[in-house]
Amino acid sequence: MVPKDFLSHYGRQFGTLIGLLVLMLVLWILTPHFFTVPNLLNVAQQTSINAIIAVGMTFVIITAGIDLSVGSIVAFSGVVLASVLQAGLPVPLAIAVGLGVGLLSGLVNGLLITYGRLPPFISTLGMMSVARGAALLYSQGRPISGFSESFRLLATGETFHIPNPVIIMVLVYAAAHFVLTRTKLGRYTYAIGGNEEAASLSGVNVRLYKAMVYGLSGLLSGLGAIILTARLNSAQPIAGVMYELDAIAATVIGGTSLMGGEGRIVGTLIGAFIMGVLRNGLNLLGVSSFVQQTVIGSVIIMAVLIDMALKKQRT
Amino acid sequence: MNNVPMLEMQHIRKTFPGVVALDDVNLTLRKGEVHILLGENGAGKSTLVKILSGAYQKTEGKIILNGQEVEIRGPRHAQELGIGIIYQEFNLVFQLSAAENIFLGRERTNKLGLIDRKQIFESSQKILDNLGVKIDAFSLVKDLGVAQQQMVEVAKALSLDAKLLIMDEPTSALTDLEIKELFATIRRLKKRGVTIIYISHRLEELFEIGDRVSVLRDGKQVGTYPIADMTQTDLIRLMVDRDLKTQFPKQYAKRGEELLRVEGLSRKGVLDNINLQLHRGEVLGIAGLLGSGRTELARALFGVDKIDAGKIFIRGKRQKITSPRDAIMLGLGFLTEDRKSQGLIMTLSVKENVCLPSVERFSRWGIMDLKAEDQAAHQSVQELRIKTPGLSQKVVYLSGGNQQKVVMSKWLCRQADILIFDEPTRGIDVGAKVEIYKLMNRLTAEGTGIIMISSELPEILGMSDRIAVMHQGQLTAEFPAQGATQEKIMGYALGVSNGA
Repeated sequence: MVPKDFLSHYGRQFGTLIGLLVLMLVLWILTPHFFTVPNLLNVAQQTSINAIIAVGMTFVIITAGIDLSVGSIVAFSGVVLASVLQAGLPVPLAIAVGLGVGLLSGLVNGLLITYGRLPPFISTLGMMSVARGAALLYSQGRPISGFSESFRLLATGETFHIPNPVIIMVLVYAAAHFVLTRTKLGRYTYAIGGNEEAASLSGVNVRLYKAMVYGLSGLLSGLGAIILTARLNSAQPIAGVMYELDAIAATVIGGTSLMGGEGRIVGTLIGAFIMGVLRNGLNLLGVSSFVQQTVIGSVIIMAVLIDMALKKQRT
Repeated sequence: MNNVPMLEMQHIRKTFPGVVALDDVNLTLRKGEVHILLGENGAGKSTLVKILSGAYQKTEGKIILNGQEVEIRGPRHAQELGIGIIYQEFNLVFQLSAAENIFLGRERTNKLGLIDRKQIFESSQKILDNLGVKIDAFSLVKDLGVAQQQMVEVAKALSLDAKLLIMDEPTSALTDLEIKELFATIRRLKKRGVTIIYISHRLEELFEIGDRVSVLRDGKQVGTYPIADMTQTDLIRLMVDRDLKTQFPKQYAKRGEELLRVEGLSRKGVLDNINLQLHRGEVLGIAGLLGSGRTELARALFGVDKIDAGKIFIRGKRQKITSPRDAIMLGLGFLTEDRKSQGLIMTLSVKENVCLPSVERFSRWGIMDLKAEDQAAHQSVQELRIKTPGLSQKVVYLSGGNQQKVVMSKWLCRQADILIFDEPTRGIDVGAKVEIYKLMNRLTAEGTGIIMISSELPEILGMSDRIAVMHQGQLTAEFPAQGATQEKIMGYALGVSNGA
């Protein structure tokens, strides 16, 4: 029963993994530099921020929602974090502020969607603009740069020769996998996305858990902001543009259904890496960034087309 | 009727991963006959029909249409071959007119490339008139009644020149009068040489409309018989292969303490001053016409809809129920009338559905004890004899009867002892019905109280201890089930008789 269960649960993700491996193989043949330890660690580090934000996006999309505001929340959390750091707040407290701003922005989304009965698309579209504007206002449109070594180590340091952002990413994914598969929050996330009315009639406090999921998405955007700010040694009010699309793409490539109720966190990790590896490989090959955009867009479309074709075959 | 069969299906086999849905099924249809397909849910009727309509491909076997072997490649191809199907859920665009629906996707255009509306409406009207139904081709489908919408579906199939029409539970949403009209239409179609495959669970109507009946059981064919040679008892026995001594195996349990008391419950425009009690060990049947407030009463009790006035006492203590969560915490369980949209989460597994209301029971600090959950789900599946390949099977792949058992097991697993069953056996075959009745017996013997809302009067009479009748948002009568008659219930339901 175990392999069969495993396949029925992770069959889709297995396919995506094969896609990633094939992609890596091709890049290895085309450019030998790709398959070196420093470059692979570089890919992992580059991918980490999108991958972390995509975790929150995966939760949201499993509830059949969407969060368009993650990129703007990254910018807003970033500038607030930067300002309190420069004001001399100790690093742990500053990190808490950065996470808190993200969490609160996400919770506002959640409240608008649950108590305000707004469609997630509208609510987070509004928040996308509001948070961006708030970031610009707060920083008066200027980047805030220059932080202590101890803060920057969060992104630039290594632990056991592995870049810290990669370690943070792995921890976030392990935690998210645990939450989705073994906790009440995870079970309810799937239930709400699968059939909100049935979930409510089964005693699930739909509003509470939906709000929590959007809060989680905001919180992880805050975490993304911390890593980004530490890496660049600067917080930009215009940071994180298009992050929402990368996160949605990673989620969808990873097999999470936009209809809700279905998805695995491992898939999102693989999805994020497909995007990261592709960007890195195209860079190594000297492909222009204009072409890159087009290629990545095509990959997203292809991944979903293949997924739908396979799903049809199965029924 | 001539002797060349219109359609023959020979040695049809259909397998899904891990399941044999059909095994060596042979079906011969004569031109112009109404051929009944009978079987419990999960017996393979839908699969057989889906092979004919091109939705599924057979694994083995031959299909011979008018003497020629055919491979039905898809729904479109089935249409071209003259096979039309009318599903329980209509495939109509409600915002369009009847005529536009009939020709949807096949609109003929004039010289300018615009849709030839005149031609569409005229042909549609002609088809509708020939069917003998009074429907204006211009009327919007959303403004039509269910029976008329069904006729639009029939017209659509006929406009495609269907020679074989498959009707899946066509009467499930119709009133008696509408059923009579449907049968008249079917007879007209027969005269025109249209062959009909008719699927229904309502045994009594089969004798009125059918010519022959083929019975399926567990994917195998039991046999094909002229309907005139059969009785209802024969058919039930063939379907379930066990003699059902009685359709309603009611066992009376000891009536215990009061579980639920409702005083003066009102919801503006829907419920008016409802008073009722439910004791341990009893089934309170609630009868009434559609729209009489039965489901609304259940929803109000369960905290889904707000109440404007009234008191609810649970085990003697006054309680405020403002959400389903409150209700569940107080030991209530609600089996909704629509299991697909309200009862089940189709994307989740059997286990996840069964345990959903009990997640808190298996959690500490938000972390679930998956082993305990597995055990509880396993136990429920065994107790209710839910047919599933495993606990991780998605419920969407189960048959209707098994899905209904999953919904019931949600509340058993939660150990709810005040159960509200809204139409617990709707769309379920005879065998599964009896199993559900037996389960109700077991529950009442254990001290559970059940409120059973049902449109089927025999079910109300056969399974209740007491009967309450609703009429226009009021409880108009309450009496013991023993000695009651269908006429008596109907009298109160229609508002002809007055309060008890």
